[in-house]
Amino acid sequence: MITVHYFARLRELTGKGEESLDRAPLTVEELLDWAETTYPGFGKDTIHVAVNEEYARKEDVIQAGDVCAFIPPVSGG
Amino acid sequence: MKQFELVDTPIDPQKYSEFVLHPAAGAVTVFTGHVREWTHGVRTLYLAYEAYIPMAEKKLAEIGEEMEEKWPGVRVAMAHRIGELKISDIAVVIAVSSPHRKAAYEANEYAIERIKEVVPIWKKEIWEDGEEWIGAQKKYPEKGSR
Repeated sequence: MITVHYFARLRELTGKGEESLDRAPLTVEELLDWAETTYPGFGKDTIHVAVNEEYARKEDVIQAGDVCAFIPPVSGG
Repeated sequence: MKQFELVDTPIDPQKYSEFVLHPAAGAVTVFTGHVREWTHGVRTLYLAYEAYIPMAEKKLAEIGEEMEEKWPGVRVAMAHRIGELKISDIAVVIAVSSPHRKAAYEANEYAIERIKEVVPIWKKEIWEDGEEWIGAQKKYPEKGSR
């Protein structure tokens, strides 16, 4: 199982702050594709993925137990 | 307080200023970012910030490390507030001390630019006739944000 977090626009779109997925291992790109399919309008092309609190590349592999977060464009400050 | 933190209560800039002050520091710059009422002709009623808190605090600390590498001798403390903020409330504070003023100014500006690039914090603007999550991220942050 992996845990995925949703924030901001994505939290409102999905209606949840987090969920567990039984799909590992999978790449970051595959996770984004899954999200786009599951939640139309997700907007994967503008979203980054953090794995265990670090920005990951699209080809990085997510393993069972990892904590992932979808990071839409940030707007702090 | 922590040196790099997300808070959900009003920010007191003095705490961060005092945190970075030490006998070898000849300059302290304190930047406070505030909620602005008018942006490009649109009136904001209030803002709501949310964050991926553990990663955001980690990224703030990494920015602090970057600053210490680029401007040796600086000491840094930063905080960002989340939750609902009113017009003029402080959203972010960056305090930097250094032996001389130039580094304190430069490092401080570097910090706010990096916060806007890599720290997972999101701002929602609430207007009289709607609301929207704001996002201005331009590029994929490099792994490890360096």
